Amino acid sequence: MSPLIRISNLKKAYGIFTVLHGIDLDIAEGEVVCVIGPSGSGKSTLIRCINRLEAFSDDSSIVVDGVTVGPGKALAKVRAEVGMVFQSFNLFPHLTVLKNVMLAPMRVRGTKPAEAERKARELLARVGIETQAEKYPGKLSGGQQQRVAIARALAMEPKVMLFDEPTSSLDPEMVGEVLDVMKTLAGTGVTMVVVTHEMGFARQVADRVIFMDGGRIIEQGTPAEIFDNPKEERTRSFLRAVLEH
Amino acid sequence: MNLLNTFFNIPILIDTFPLLLSGLLVTLEIGVTSIIAGLIGGLFLALIRLYGPGPVPFLAKIYIDIFRSIPLLVLLIVVYYALPFVGIRFSPFVSAVVALTLVSSAYTAEIFRAGIEAIPHGQFEASQALGLSARHMMVDVILPQAIKIVIPPLTNNCINVLKDTALASVVAMPDLLKQATQAQALSANPTPLIGAALIYVALLWPLVSIVARLEKRFGREKRP
Repeated sequence: MSPLIRISNLKKAYGIFTVLHGIDLDIAEGEVVCVIGPSGSGKSTLIRCINRLEAFSDDSSIVVDGVTVGPGKALAKVRAEVGMVFQSFNLFPHLTVLKNVMLAPMRVRGTKPAEAERKARELLARVGIETQAEKYPGKLSGGQQQRVAIARALAMEPKVMLFDEPTSSLDPEMVGEVLDVMKTLAGTGVTMVVVTHEMGFARQVADRVIFMDGGRIIEQGTPAEIFDNPKEERTRSFLRAVLEH
Repeated sequence: MNLLNTFFNIPILIDTFPLLLSGLLVTLEIGVTSIIAGLIGGLFLALIRLYGPGPVPFLAKIYIDIFRSIPLLVLLIVVYYALPFVGIRFSPFVSAVVALTLVSSAYTAEIFRAGIEAIPHGQFEASQALGLSARHMMVDVILPQAIKIVIPPLTNNCINVLKDTALASVVAMPDLLKQATQAQALSANPTPLIGAALIYVALLWPLVSIVARLEKRFGREKRP
């Protein structure tokens, strides 16, 4: 079976500074992949290339569910199939929570308002926010906002969900509620690519953990392989630094 | 007493008031038409300046810079007195509206651009990540937020346009100022001019205080 996402020779540079040195990565349908690594290792850039929020080099290729990710018409199709959750939530502040979730299905898929609302309320219930549906995002806590953002992405029924450090800007007491939603989601068979600093989450939920440093994949494997028996010295020193306090 | 008779002669004011009101109507017609056309033109210019293909943004910038540099009075006289030499003949009303709109849309474009650029980048990324088209991103996400930011400066621009309509009197447009100067000549008394000045103030003072209030309110409100 061909992979859901196939990344080949992914290169990206800002001027003379190379962020990604030719990444090759296949992600299977239903797989939960966690990408870990130090700041500036290129892990956020990697997943932002998957829906082309970052442009990448012409000799690189990313194919999502058979569609090549490039500039032009096909891009909108890819983006509709790829949900994304950002570190800074990026909810639409002028729309209620409910309207935030309803907007894209109505505009992109042409879903009727009544159907979009039914679906949105169902998703908000799934992430535990149904009672806040009529509020504006600014009235919600960070954890609640991030759960709304997850519901908003899920409303498009994406084939893949990308998470770009979804808990990094949250107060510590709110990290758990967002990770819980993500764990439940992982259990439903959604393909997920998660850039995270939450090693506990990665160990518990990931099918595969990828360690990146300096714009390269240094090592990848099951959580047990990476966390209990890392082969590369750079992986070991990174894990020592993040786990030892 | 003499001073009052000269500058605030009530009988003359009453006599000429209908004339002044007809001038006010013309002023409002020119002003409102130019404001609406300027808003539409300005939004269009801002969008092509930010997102137009190829050389379009550069051309839009040139347009905006030129029409922000040219004195409105000069433009108005060019439109009304110079264009007929190449066979383009506008009525005084159309000349005034064209000149005001050309300039107003340049200023409005810059206001809209600043408003759009003030929207956090994450709003664009979230819209794109959801698969929204460029048009839906603008109409549903970016512009509703930008409009709120640009209302005070846009209102300011409306005030300027309304004030600048007075220049239309130089192309024989019977606007408030023109009617006032004519009434002054007829009655050999400057009271109509004072009356016109008071009407301008009565018209624009409320707008000026609205801008002040809006600026205070939007300044206090923290954006999420």
